[in-house]
Amino acid sequence: MCLAVPGKVVEIFEEHGMRMGHIDYAGALSKACLEYVPEIRVGEYTVVHAGFALSILDEKEAAESFAAWRELQAAAAREGVDLFGRPLAAADDRGEQS
Amino acid sequence: MKDFKPENFSCPRPATDSETVQLAHGGGSRLAAELIEQVLVPGFNDPVLSRLEDQATLDCSLAAGERLAFTTDSFVVDPLFFPGGSIGELAVNGTINDLAMGGATPLYLSLALIIEEGFPLSELQRVLQAVAGAARSAGVRVVTGDTKVVGRGACDKIFINTSGIGRVPAGLALSAAYLRPGDKIIVSGTIGDHGMAIMSCREGLSFVEPLASDTAALHELSAVILAAAGGAGESGRAEVPGGPGGASEGALGAGAAPAAPAPGESPPEPGPVRAMRDPTRGGVAAVLSEMAKASRVGVSIEEDKLPVAGPVRGACEILGMDPLFVANEGKLLAVVAPETAEAVLAAMRDHPLGRQAVIIGEVQRENPGLVTLCTALGGRRLIDLPAGEQLPRIC
Amino acid sequence: MKFIDEYRDPALARTLLAEIAAAVRRPWVLMEICGGHTHAIIRHGIDQLLPPEIELVHGPGCPVCVTPAALIDQAIALARRPEVIFTSFGDMLRVPGSVAGGLAGVLNTPCSLQQAQAAGADVRMVYSPLEAVELARQHPHRQVVFFAVGFETTAPGNAMAVLQAARLGLSNFSLLVSHVLVPPAIAALLAAPDNRVQGFLAAGHVCTVTGWEEYRPLVERYRVPMVPAGFEPVDILAAILMLVRQLEAGRAEVENEYRRAVRRQGNPAAQAAVEEVFMVTDRDWRGLGVIPRSGLRLRPEFAAFDAAVKMGSEPAGEVGAGTMAGESAPATAAALISSEQAANPCISGAILRGVKKPLQCPAFAAACHPENPLGATMVSQEGACHAYYRANRRAAA
Repeated sequence: MCLAVPGKVVEIFEEHGMRMGHIDYAGALSKACLEYVPEIRVGEYTVVHAGFALSILDEKEAAESFAAWRELQAAAAREGVDLFGRPLAAADDRGEQS
Repeated sequence: MKDFKPENFSCPRPATDSETVQLAHGGGSRLAAELIEQVLVPGFNDPVLSRLEDQATLDCSLAAGERLAFTTDSFVVDPLFFPGGSIGELAVNGTINDLAMGGATPLYLSLALIIEEGFPLSELQRVLQAVAGAARSAGVRVVTGDTKVVGRGACDKIFINTSGIGRVPAGLALSAAYLRPGDKIIVSGTIGDHGMAIMSCREGLSFVEPLASDTAALHELSAVILAAAGGAGESGRAEVPGGPGGASEGALGAGAAPAAPAPGESPPEPGPVRAMRDPTRGGVAAVLSEMAKASRVGVSIEEDKLPVAGPVRGACEILGMDPLFVANEGKLLAVVAPETAEAVLAAMRDHPLGRQAVIIGEVQRENPGLVTLCTALGGRRLIDLPAGEQLPRIC
Repeated sequence: MKFIDEYRDPALARTLLAEIAAAVRRPWVLMEICGGHTHAIIRHGIDQLLPPEIELVHGPGCPVCVTPAALIDQAIALARRPEVIFTSFGDMLRVPGSVAGGLAGVLNTPCSLQQAQAAGADVRMVYSPLEAVELARQHPHRQVVFFAVGFETTAPGNAMAVLQAARLGLSNFSLLVSHVLVPPAIAALLAAPDNRVQGFLAAGHVCTVTGWEEYRPLVERYRVPMVPAGFEPVDILAAILMLVRQLEAGRAEVENEYRRAVRRQGNPAAQAAVEEVFMVTDRDWRGLGVIPRSGLRLRPEFAAFDAAVKMGSEPAGEVGAGTMAGESAPATAAALISSEQAANPCISGAILRGVKKPLQCPAFAAACHPENPLGATMVSQEGACHAYYRANRRAAA
């Protein structure tokens, strides 16, 4: 439902008593309210929905997710997986993870 | 100037904002005459226009086989002025482009204005300067015009109509119905620029700075395309076996095709450039869809080939809009025979308006009448046209 | 674009698809609750690439689709008042109310906010409710009404708009509220005897606000895994992989895919603002009926900002009476509408619960299409039927 797009905070200022920011989306600049992410700093990324920043994007968490996914890619490469079909090696030692 | 009373009319460079267009400016009055002579005509510096006859009588002799192209378009954009241009540039470039898409060299334009009572003269001046400037840049003459003023509320500030005449070289015919399986589809540059520029000017959409429109006259680029395709390959005839019609062969020069047939005749073989279109309202999706239907072929495009400028992409993401459906005013789509595609692409990239030209897809037999998008992931999605103008969404 | 491009990496997506194919042993029915996920899945063609054992069904997470027709009628009626500036997100502008397209012509009544605008109503599209507050500030002699439609993701923004209007001392700003909550809808869906859904992709952006604690009771009670997921292809595929692995291993837990944006506790500041301004209420979901305690309404102390109270608009269920000069309320509209709806073949209720798919509806792409939607799931771009129609799905994939 909720279209929220990640962008970079490039400026923080106050408007009518509210903490606001200019958010950069690949060069398009849009205004968003930062009241719900009071600790956000310039240079950090946030997801903005209907003009409100709702969460600070955590680069460490993102990196951990990617590390897990890259490991999957590496494992697949090691076992010679057919990218669109079943793996060539036995799948038994894969299904029990997590 | 006899009977000129300063209090009745302002200098073409009005000193104050309170100088506005009045109903009297549109009638056959002295005020109207002064408006035309002092505000409209000087910017164009055209000998035919300056005669201010009821019609423009023009030298337009055609060599054997050449034909006239004639088109009209009206412009009602709001806001009138935006980064990258204004209604003035749109009115000139839009009509030039309609001519250019048919392979015509644009020659003459008419300019008809419908102005709302109360419209500031200073803004009218700006619009006219934009029209004159765009026409000058394009090397096209505005030779005749008309001005009407309507009561407040009867139109929205200013509406412009331009009609254009151009000359089509002998033997050249382009048509959306000429696409054939195997043809390549080329776009001249980034898509969605104009529509997102207008959207970003809208109040209430939280943009800090508006994006820039891409309005441009494409007649030089279209000529480059036709020349490059004509030079490639032998006679420039389509090589696809079993093409439509019995096909007259050989009599025509490179780059040429038989003219569109009269009703009852079998259709000619298309030349190496099948069709060109500028994807205005409805964007690239609308034009590809029209061409697929007209030619009864399928069109397949690749998502990761579509060129989209960073800020346009960002703007589309936050508004939930798809650049495929967003208007362009300075881009064209060219469908060309496959053996000419690389030559055409190279020639386009040599031209300032085609630096980012890229092949985005091809024509196919499957799914006739439909446009298929191959997603970056390897999925396929049929592109259907939205019911109305694409609106921003938050869901 | 950072935080988007890397999550659209085709090579990574293909790896995840292969992993899903490797993990799957039995067929599973998975639901993506959120219209944004439906949109992303169809946009990238993800459902076509999944192994055949995985059936993706689309859920009720489309606040536009589920807004009751009567509320849209109320919105239109308000918009037609000369003193009102009616503001709304773009999503709602074309949604028809009770009066379907054909009837609108007969009854001379606009059937959507866009039609009302064409007939002279001052309807303005905004990107944020704060833009509506700004309009109220700029036009002290007009009544600015904002159509507050959405799930938990949108409620904090709307709460802030009300608080801001109060701080600025505005007396000409109000919300027409149609907020709905996700967990009660999921609970209602799971409790239905014909429920087929075995695992959920939970709405990632809703969870940035609410966190995921409120899914735990549902997961424990119904033994159905739930994964809050992001909206890019890699997110969706990773979430599906997590669900499949849980299901194959017989586990049922909340597992967070959208780690970069969703925290367990959600966003406390946003929750506090919503709690201050809104209270839970029963809500009527178009296509599903009334679900108890599944919506939000403004608290009594904010009645001055509640358009339904302040503007004295017609109660839900009646077609809006025109107040513009020269128009009269259609006397027999209610009778016409109820008889028309009796003949309405729409199965959107079943579609919203994942029990049926759009292609199983006899009216799909025939009597029912975006220009003449018969029900909730065709009315908005996020609705499953609309998404299928636009992607030209005419035959079962």
